[in-house]
Parts: sequence; structure tokens; C-alpha cells
Amino acid sequence: MVGISGYGTQIPRYRIKVEEIAKVWGTDAPAYRRGMNLNEKSVPAPDEDVGTLSVNAAYNALARSGIAPKDIGAVYVGSESHPYAVKPTGTMVAEAIGACPHVHTASLEFACKAGTEGMFIGTQMVQAGRVANVLAIGADTSQGAPGDALEYSAAAGAAAFVISTKNIVAELLDTDCYMTDTPDFWRRPYSHYPAHGGRFTGEPAYFKHVEGATNAMLARAKMKPSDFDYVIFHQPNGKFPVVVAKKLGFKEPQYRHGLLTPVLGNTYSGSSPLGLAATLDEAKPGQLILLVSYGSGAGSDAFIFKTTKRLLEVRDLAPRVRKQLDEHKYYLEYGQYAKNRGKILRAE
Amino acid sequence: MSIPRHWREIPRRYRLEAGKCKKCKVINFPSRLVCPECGGKTFETVKLSGKGKLDTFTIIRVAPEGFGDEVPYAVGIIDLKDGVRLMAQITDCDPTTLKTGDKLVAKFRKVQEDGKNGIIKYGYKFVPDVGV
Ligand SMILES: [Zn+2]
Repeated sequence: MVGISGYGTQIPRYRIKVEEIAKVWGTDAPAYRRGMNLNEKSVPAPDEDVGTLSVNAAYNALARSGIAPKDIGAVYVGSESHPYAVKPTGTMVAEAIGACPHVHTASLEFACKAGTEGMFIGTQMVQAGRVANVLAIGADTSQGAPGDALEYSAAAGAAAFVISTKNIVAELLDTDCYMTDTPDFWRRPYSHYPAHGGRFTGEPAYFKHVEGATNAMLARAKMKPSDFDYVIFHQPNGKFPVVVAKKLGFKEPQYRHGLLTPVLGNTYSGSSPLGLAATLDEAKPGQLILLVSYGSGAGSDAFIFKTTKRLLEVRDLAPRVRKQLDEHKYYLEYGQYAKNRGKILRAE
Repeated sequence: MSIPRHWREIPRRYRLEAGKCKKCKVINFPSRLVCPECGGKTFETVKLSGKGKLDTFTIIRVAPEGFGDEVPYAVGIIDLKDGVRLMAQITDCDPTTLKTGDKLVAKFRKVQEDGKNGIIKYGYKFVPDVGV
């Protein structure tokens, strides 16, 4: 049996409300709340980045897994905001948890899909028997250009998963995927902010791939939407995952627990993985979970998990997602936010 | 701090590794070659719990180079459960609300960047222990 033996997350303490951003750019905040189902988003502290969020999420995942860091055979960190352009995030994470030097690491990148990539590769490696345990992390401190639509959603957070054959809390039943070359969102070397195809990011990009992967996964597993207790889709805003869920025949109680973007924002590589973690926080043993990520460029990974009794035993060994999301928040004004995110710089 | 020094100190900066004297059992942080308590020269590597209480602190409003964008921030002496006292930056809080005796917990954070093109130095800082 291969699956998740431990999961853990880290969400920054800082938040900014859509009103605060809309006030600066003269846009209509209620339109973002209603139209995109966005209310506020997380903002990393000045001393947080993908490396620190990954490490702190990994500690929580290891605490729940009960697996010793030295027994982790591979560390994969998926992000579009790795701290360095050249220097792996994985070695630093592996060093911080105490998994070095007999460990394989890689930094993965695939827009918002990079987090589930590590889970996809990691589960196959453990299944193949090549390594005993893999730590797979999705983390981002994503940036939207000032005044761009993405500025209302681009947020920060990390989710980490220990993949193993031991101490399973959610068994992996199957995986599938769906990819095409679709130029909906990109960032060229040396440019600070990503660019996107506006409305092109919807139908031919997000919806086509999420539906493609979901339908392929359901066909492969010979299952239907009503067979699942929970579903988590990638959530670039609060609207797309709800639209796609309804279109595919899933209902509100199935996606409610995993839908975080309305109060978290889009954590990119952390987005659907954080949704999975929030769902594991609520699930009972023996329940079925469908996870479908999405990354621009473009593709989706799909996973079917079945929870075990061990989930209840280890859940309280680390903070739950809703606690990190809802408690001890500090709200920023746009000026502090712009400074923290490097949008305005102190004179040299 | 030089790159080699930062690199040498990774075990304690990243993982709070300390040296426990095999003779008198006192934990030295940072670890030492000779135990200041008993003169012992053999140590066991132990990982500190990262949990403790704030003993005393000061609020930095005029920061040294490289920390200017973070003012005001607190630097404090923390008494760890493991019987070790250490000095660290305290983050994720309004420093004016800190009190002696506050429960704190270690988090992995960015400590310093060598400008825009240099290395990023990571390590422990402390945050209020509120379970998030
Ligand atoms: Zn001694």
C-alpha cells in the first residue's frame, strides 16, 4: 500500500483584504468578492519565502507521519517562486529537516501544478520500491503585478506530504493526468511578474485540463462523481473550482472543505495541496477523496485517495489548516504590503 | 558573516543542534570542543526542542545593515525547555505587545540576505507559541 503517511502546512500570518487593493487602483471590490469569490489573501512576512514555508510545512508533515527525517529518500519542492533562480530549494529543505546527505532532491516547476508533481513522482518512486519515503511539497509566494487582476489573488502558503508504504493516513488508489501546450500564463527570464492571456486562462486552459484529467481519472477508475466524499480542484480564484465542480456533477458538501481561496487567495503550487490538507483535517476513515490540480502551460494531475483509521490518531500532532488560516491574523495596508512584497524599495 | 562560516553553522542554525556533554549531561549551544561546566571533551549531538519562554528583550528601531526593512523588531533572550538560553530575533508579532514570560517557539526563517545578488542566510527565529 502506498499513500500519504503525514501532511502538514504553513500559511503566513499576514493578510490583505480585496478592498485595500481595490482602494489603491480604483477598482470595484464588491465585484471581486461576488464575481471571483475572493475576500482576502495571505501575504508572506518579509522573512518568509518558499524555502521557509516549505521547511515549516515539512516539520508538520513529519510530525504526523512518524517517519524519521533520515529515512526520507527524496525531497521534491514544487514552486514558481523558488528563492533562487539557480540553487535548489530541496537541498535546503532536506538539510533543515535532517535528511542529508543520502537523499535525492529536485526543484520542480509547472506554474500552479508544481506541488502535485512532487506527489505524482514521489508516489510512483515509492510504488516502484526505489525509495522508502518521499517528502513532496507545493509552496509559493506568488506575485501579481501592481494593479493586475492577479494582485487580488496571488498569495503565499505551503503544503507538505510524506509519501510512504508505512503509517498511511490516505492510501493512493490511482493517478491520471492531462496535458497540452497551452500558452495561458507565463513568466520570461528576468521579468519580475508573470503575464497571462486574460480570458484565455478560462475555457481553453483551466476548464479544459481540469475536466480532461477528472474525466480520464473517473473513466480509468470506473467511478463517478457521487462515489467521492470529497473533491479538491485547483483554485486560482473562488469561482473556477465551483463552476467546474458543478459542471462535472459534484456538489457543495464535496468541495466545501477543500475550497480555501476565498479567504486564502491562490497559493499557486500550494493551492490544491492545501485544499487536500484541509480536507484531511475533516475526513473520517474510509472516505474517498479526488484531487485534481492545474498548472498553466498547461496540465492537470489527478489522484484518488482513501483515508485510513490512522488519520484520526495523528491529526492533532500538527496545526490544522483552518487554524493557520483563521487565527492570529495581521491585516496589512497596501503600503506595508507593497513594501513587504518588494513592490516599493527603500532608496539605496 | 562569510559564506564558509554560515555553511559551517548550518547544523545549529537550521536544526538547533547542540552538544550534550557525555560527562556532566549539560547541553552546550552552540556546541563546544571543551565543556565549560566540567572540562569534558566528548559530546552527543542533540536537537533542541525549540520551545521556551521569553526572558528579556529589546526592540530594534535602528537596525544594522541588511535588517533595515524589518524595523521595528524584537531581539530577545529565550530560556528553552532544554535548559539552554539563546538570543534570537522574534518575528510574527507586534513587538510592543511582547512580555517577559511569553511562550515562544522556533520557526525556520530568512535571517539575512547578502544584497540582491548574494546568498540568502536561513536559520531559526522565534514566534509566539500560539499553535499555528
Ligand atoms: Zn560537561
